[in-house]
Amino acid sequence: MRDYGVFDILGPIMIGPSSSHTAGAARLAKVAGIIAGGNITKVSFLLHGSFAKTYRGHGTDKALVAGVLNMDPWDENLKDSFKIAEEKGIEIIFAETDLGDVHPNTVKFIITKMDGSITEVIGSSIGGGNITVINIDSQVVEFTGERPTILTSHKDLPGVISKISSILYEENINIANMRVFRSQKGKMQTMALETDSLISEDLMDKIKNIKEIENVKFINPLMEGGN
Amino acid sequence: MFVSTGGELIDICSLEDTPIWEYTIREEMEKSELTRVDVIEKMRKNLHVMLSSSMLAQEKEIKSVSGLIGGDAYKLRKYADRGNTLTGSFMVRAMASALSSSEVNAAMGRIVASPTAGSCGILPAVIISAAEMLNKNEDDMINALFTASGVGIIIAKNATLAGAEGGCQAECGSAAAMGSAAVVEMMGGTPAQALNAAAMVLKNILGLVCDPVAGLVEVPCAKRNYAGTVSALTTADVAMAGVESKIPFDEVVWAMSKVGRQLPPELRETAQGGIAVTPTGLKLKKEIFGQ
Repeated sequence: MRDYGVFDILGPIMIGPSSSHTAGAARLAKVAGIIAGGNITKVSFLLHGSFAKTYRGHGTDKALVAGVLNMDPWDENLKDSFKIAEEKGIEIIFAETDLGDVHPNTVKFIITKMDGSITEVIGSSIGGGNITVINIDSQVVEFTGERPTILTSHKDLPGVISKISSILYEENINIANMRVFRSQKGKMQTMALETDSLISEDLMDKIKNIKEIENVKFINPLMEGGN
Repeated sequence: MFVSTGGELIDICSLEDTPIWEYTIREEMEKSELTRVDVIEKMRKNLHVMLSSSMLAQEKEIKSVSGLIGGDAYKLRKYADRGNTLTGSFMVRAMASALSSSEVNAAMGRIVASPTAGSCGILPAVIISAAEMLNKNEDDMINALFTASGVGIIIAKNATLAGAEGGCQAECGSAAAMGSAAVVEMMGGTPAQALNAAAMVLKNILGLVCDPVAGLVEVPCAKRNYAGTVSALTTADVAMAGVESKIPFDEVVWAMSKVGRQLPPELRETAQGGIAVTPTGLKLKKEIFGQ
């Protein structure tokens, strides 16, 4: 039997009409935008399943664009996100697709940045505003963004993970959950590491300094809110 | 950990001589490791969004994104203000309030999922109208929201709050049951009377299917929110009169869970049954989405 808190029952505060098709979509897109890392010039949204069929009526499109613009799921500007994207000169493309055997509310983001680099993220809105990110740049991952999450890409060599965890230990940050994904032994690894306390830029800089680390990103959970 | 059944909830509240809201606040403090003030302030944020969503569409006509619904909360409020109603301006205004949050939700405005977006009109309408009628203040409304969420936790643990799993009875039914229990405590009723109200509301809505036209949270969802509101408010009176549910709350929740699982997938938020597949329902779908 699952244990529920009061605010699992009453909440989230959100922009309607649907926790999965609107609030979850905004949350997912915000995480995708953070993974891409800012200076976005163009986003293609490839919608799968129920998202592809009903996105206009649920405002899923507006929520997704709002999310990559870094808006929260309860931001009342969410419904004007297309206009805001246009003002910022961000090109937006929507297309329907079939991503195979994934959750019906799944979207693939292809995000182009000012320097021409492209980040691809696939994630699902799994109900009640909750999300799962399942793929980053063709690498299988799995995390929900409910806890502070550190994402690293690093060389698949002995000792890298212990270097990361000792930095966390020095900062007195407890690891709640940790998963490592790799496509091939000895090549690159992706790690999703969830912690019990918020992650700072300072901590990220320390992890970046580990020489085997190619890339590191962090996602702090969205604080429920509004005014 | 929060108790798992209504029976245990009544026992612990009676043992500690405390209302459901107080027990719920204490359990939340323990679970979240937040202070009492923090937990209450978090709920106050919810209440403020509810106060706004339940009023907005009464003051001006709001249309949904698809254009399917809107303007009905405004109509009802005007009707209530004219004064020639059958069920009294209190009830008509409560219904307008419920429709308001539902219309704000469908128009991409800000709401509190309570417990879901599709049922977001009921709890605010019930708590706010009752508080107005009974001259209660903001803190009383916040306490009522804790009672409601305490009852919601028990339903969530033993059944479901999701239309996709249990049909509309799980969404609007749970919202109305939570609201009715909260009003009973607001009126000075005991935890046992509060759960009696919740049980009666759930029995009266048992089996309600989830059949949204075009898959959108609009038709028939908005009107089910005013219906749930009426059921919650009237049942609070029934419980306060001392009427008891012959079937205890926990057994009603068990029945709701079982009925939810017995519903075919067509009637669980897939838009493939019920109102959604009536000729008009299908025509509206075509108008919004094309083929």
